Amino acid sequence: MAKQHYTLTVNGEQRDVLCEPRELLIHTLREQLDITGPHVGCETSHCGACTVEINGKSVKSCTVFTAQANGADVTTIEGLGSPDGLHVLQEKFREHHGLQCGYCTPGMITRAHRLLQENPNPTEEEVRFGIAGNLCRCTGYQNIVKSILAAAAEMNAAKEAAE
Amino acid sequence: MIPARFEYHRPSDVSAALAILTEHGDDARVLAGGHSLIPMMKLRMAAIEHLIDLQDIAELKGISVDGGTITIGAMTTQHELIDNADLAKAAPILREAALQIADPQVRYVGTVGGNVANGDPGNDMPGLMQCLGATFHLVGPGGTRDVAARDYYEAAYMTDREDDEILVSVSFPVPEGGYAYEKQKRKIGDYATAACAVQVTMAGGSCTAASIAMTNLSDTPIWSKDAGAVLVGTDCGPGAIGAAVDAAVAAIDPTEDNRGPVEFKKHVAGVVIRRAIERAISRA
Ligand SMILES: Cc1cc2nc3c(=O)[nH]c(=O)nc-3n(C[C@H](O)[C@H](O)[C@H](O)COP(=O)(O)OP(=O)(O)OC[C@H]3O[C@@H](n4cnc5c(N)ncnc54)[C@H](O)[C@@H]3O)c2cc1C
Ligand code: FES
Ligand code: FES
Repeated sequence: MAKQHYTLTVNGEQRDVLCEPRELLIHTLREQLDITGPHVGCETSHCGACTVEINGKSVKSCTVFTAQANGADVTTIEGLGSPDGLHVLQEKFREHHGLQCGYCTPGMITRAHRLLQENPNPTEEEVRFGIAGNLCRCTGYQNIVKSILAAAAEMNAAKEAAE
Repeated sequence: MIPARFEYHRPSDVSAALAILTEHGDDARVLAGGHSLIPMMKLRMAAIEHLIDLQDIAELKGISVDGGTITIGAMTTQHELIDNADLAKAAPILREAALQIADPQVRYVGTVGGNVANGDPGNDMPGLMQCLGATFHLVGPGGTRDVAARDYYEAAYMTDREDDEILVSVSFPVPEGGYAYEKQKRKIGDYATAACAVQVTMAGGSCTAASIAMTNLSDTPIWSKDAGAVLVGTDCGPGAIGAAVDAAVAAIDPTEDNRGPVEFKKHVAGVVIRRAIERAISRA
């Protein structure tokens, strides 16, 4: 099938792309839109490095055709924070050494973000279960879990202060 | 890992989807969550010329607990199953099983319909549906048709569904008594080395009904009528449980693969089936 026009909202901005239906979302993001936060780890749906949010769900973007995301709202790590304004999760990953090589980190944080939206006050076990689709080959997960729990605590404190 | 070229269709109702399926025959395939099909397409183990995405078809979505019957639309995701409070109350075994499928990302998109229609012996929902005595509701160019989950699976990836039929929903009676879905896997997110679904009802210290089905221990799910029958009428003591486990293990036919040799799988099956039966009884 010839190339098709698809429209996605990526990190709040409407983006028009032209691609074959067989193009995977991770490739559209990285190669057409220059959104290189989501990484290609395994490309076999196992590692979670390519995790993005589609309509409020954490999804492995190596296992979704861009055609399926036509009309959808997509959020990547770029939509959560910026170098001058880190997201709380990014701050906490830095503070607690939640990363070493950093390859898994964009997917990990994007996933953790959705987890905390759904469960703002998770137990350690719930964090571990909630990030089970994201592999890290460096940290041994301890510091990732600490970072996410610290981010949850800070987000909750900020919410309380605002009330 | 780029799949071969295909035409992409996204119909908004079942009749439009059926028209595309009918036109293209076995060159066409429906796409649900895509988390079994897309990996196969990337490996080029599935070559599909016309891909029919079902995501816009509202008729295929939703969960209803109505009187004594539970109906789940084919496009309901595992995540939606886990999240549905009415369902968790009416049939807690579904939540217990769905939480053991894959990982959070896969559960957000993987559907009940895709899981049962796929025909992969590793899928967890087929055995569960056999345990629950579910009925699968199909629609094709000739109209609708119901098939019992226990009659649906023929061999790995071979099912009773015709190429031009779509699975619309699954339904089953609200289960009674104690339940358990027990799964042994190598790591979180893995398919089962062995898994077992059990529902047991007890009255006055005696078992009145029992249903036992197993996952990934043959080229289809296995519902063991004998294993259930062995428990009925007993007090579900150790002797009866042992006999039920033996009957269930006698019904399986595992093959050697990267999850282990046949001997090992039979051993694991025995352990998993026993745990499932014991947990179900403890909740009955
Ligand atoms: C990393 C990983 C781990 C996994 N682990 C598990 C696990 O532990 N247990 C488990 O059970 N599954 C597991 N899965 C599979 C996952 O649950 C799939 O999502 C599921 O098997 C299929 O659902 P789907 O909606 O993604 O279907 P799809 O991949 O879209 O479709 C699968 C097949 O079913 C057909 N189909 C889909 N919907 C219909 C319909 N309505 N009517 C007719 N045919 C239809 C399709 O044509 C296709 O042939 C895993 C997947 C991944 C990627
Ligand atoms: S690259 Fe998508 S899951 Fe590994
Ligand atoms: S920090 Fe290296 S893979 Fe996670």
